[in-house]
Amino acid sequence: MSKNSDDSFDARLKAAERRSGLEQKEDLTEKEDAVEQSLPGLALRAGTEMLSALVVGVAIGWELDHWLKTRAVFLIIFALMGGGAGVLNVWRLVKSIDGK
Amino acid sequence: MAGGSSINVLEQFELHPVLGGLGEALRFSQSPLYMIMAVCVVLMFLYMGMRPAAVVPGRLQAAAEVCYEFIHNMAVDTIGPEGTAFFPFIFTLFFFILAGNYIGLLPFSFTFTSHIAVTFALAMMVFVLTVIVSLKVQGLRFFAHFMPEGASPFLAPLLIPIEILSFLSRPVSLSIRLFANMVAGHVMFDIFASFVIMLAGFGVVGDVFAVGPIAINVALMALELLVGVLQAYVFAILTCIYLREAVAH
Repeated sequence: MSKNSDDSFDARLKAAERRSGLEQKEDLTEKEDAVEQSLPGLALRAGTEMLSALVVGVAIGWELDHWLKTRAVFLIIFALMGGGAGVLNVWRLVKSIDGK
Repeated sequence: MAGGSSINVLEQFELHPVLGGLGEALRFSQSPLYMIMAVCVVLMFLYMGMRPAAVVPGRLQAAAEVCYEFIHNMAVDTIGPEGTAFFPFIFTLFFFILAGNYIGLLPFSFTFTSHIAVTFALAMMVFVLTVIVSLKVQGLRFFAHFMPEGASPFLAPLLIPIEILSFLSRPVSLSIRLFANMVAGHVMFDIFASFVIMLAGFGVVGDVFAVGPIAINVALMALELLVGVLQAYVFAILTCIYLREAVAH
């Protein structure tokens, strides 16, 4: 009798844990969506993604020019590539949201 | 803070030596002081919370356990079974940033997450860790990720540098996001607070209108409490996402 009730208690506990586990997971994804779907947040994120790639490109180009004494050749190439990488970052960000 | 009609909203981010002569000699500014405070707050919270170690947790213990489980679930759900190994790192990162953001909201305090030097150092730590983990798990196959699958080999000279730049921009975007959010929030506080002081100079009419900026500042505080936890969460979840890519075979 007592063993039986223990079993049923365990089963109910398991079920409750699974339920609460699921609920937690849902909360998490909801939060993630809330982070990414608020429009100003998304705009800020896309902006930083684009800017940061450009910053990295310009920094690498600047340093290469400084090092190799080639005024502005690498700066131009890497600034363009940095811009390209920024667009790639934004495209990946938007694609990951669309895919959800 | 802003005084009179001249507003200097960036003054609050300036670093000064603290703790008198000793701080002067060690070039010890508010930034490391508040970092130490943040660490102490988190450690005290966990120590005080877990000291009873009761089977039925009290309030503080329940809070500490919820925090532990929240980050643990995030790490394991995002990274996979390997997430357990990185859990202490992500836990530390999340609570260090969260404590920094929240301590910075107290009046007369300093927000160390509003300095790009701090956020960039944190982001570089994450970046270097992901590169080391990637190289250890994937070996030289790690470098194959820089060539998109199915692309024409003729485009490789263009695509590979762009992919590498995109990869290198990760720590920059991670640090800029946290830093920009914190700076923007604190600058807005300062601007609206200075409006109150300026309106106070206009007599009774100004006193009445000054209620507006005060109300906005109260609402901003609510927003900043949300932004503080959200940015810590975003930092931690992006770390998890980068680590998931690193441990993926």
